[in-house]
Amino acid sequence: MLAHAIFFYFFSFVAIISAIMVTASKNTVHSVFFLILDFISISCLFIMIGAEFLGMIMLIVYVGAVAVLFLFVVMMLNVAQQKNQWFKSSETSTHIPVGLIVSLIIFFELIIIIGGWKYKPDIIKNFSDSLTSNPTNTHTIGSVLYTEYIHLFQISGMILLVAMIGAIVLTFRKREGVKRQNYFSQISREKNQGVELVEVKSNEGVKIDV
Amino acid sequence: MFEVSLGHYLTLGAIIFTIGIIGIFLNRKNVIVILMSIELILLAVNINLVSFSIFLQDLSGQIFTLFILTVAAAEAAIGLAIIVVYYRNAGTIRVEEIENLKG
Repeated sequence: MLAHAIFFYFFSFVAIISAIMVTASKNTVHSVFFLILDFISISCLFIMIGAEFLGMIMLIVYVGAVAVLFLFVVMMLNVAQQKNQWFKSSETSTHIPVGLIVSLIIFFELIIIIGGWKYKPDIIKNFSDSLTSNPTNTHTIGSVLYTEYIHLFQISGMILLVAMIGAIVLTFRKREGVKRQNYFSQISREKNQGVELVEVKSNEGVKIDV
Repeated sequence: MFEVSLGHYLTLGAIIFTIGIIGIFLNRKNVIVILMSIELILLAVNINLVSFSIFLQDLSGQIFTLFILTVAAAEAAIGLAIIVVYYRNAGTIRVEEIENLKG
């Protein structure tokens, strides 16, 4: 139990510090790196408390895909060296104290909720999906995800498809002078447009014009 | 102190959530950091769902965390595509200079 507590405090300390550094670091590339560190420590916490599948999926999806996507866009847009002007912004901005006040109020509300919250005493007996009845976490998630939640699963697939099509459509641009296929004219070609029969006289050959 | 309960995880989630909100409010740099703050907020929600799921012995929280993960990935892709298009049109993504809507 002591080791559990030590690991919990270590990983949560790393997660909080790197979350602060995401918002506060001067360089955007460093922000992405701290975001990666944050995801890694949170997924270590997930693995530690018994949600191994989600921890691994978190590593794959966030660190492998989302953070690399962020890094790619940051490097492509050439904004990494823009200096951070935290807290000493333009003179007319009044949003910084308001933002701090709103954030701290939200934080204290959450802490009050957590501190004043108690279990209903027999709440564990009310749930049917027991985590301990099956051997592994992945096995249990798989047995539920493809049966009870199959519609949500397919809808999330549709969300990913829409996101992919949307990203492609948004960033697509027509360039001048690029040769591309025109499927309609390619398919609707007739035989007499493509093939020509020529009488070839002897010793003269055929002149081919393109 | 040495027994890690549900409240510890919920407090961690609350702290990361608040850091994400502070990052949205106080950001003066570029929009990409705001997107990263939104990712932090979704991460805090995921922490809450997973810790409830573990401590209440109910699997629904982890399933919903999977779906939140899906939506977060889709949101990051779309948001970054919008940022790329905006940078191509306007030449900047600094928060102070994005003022077409006069906000």
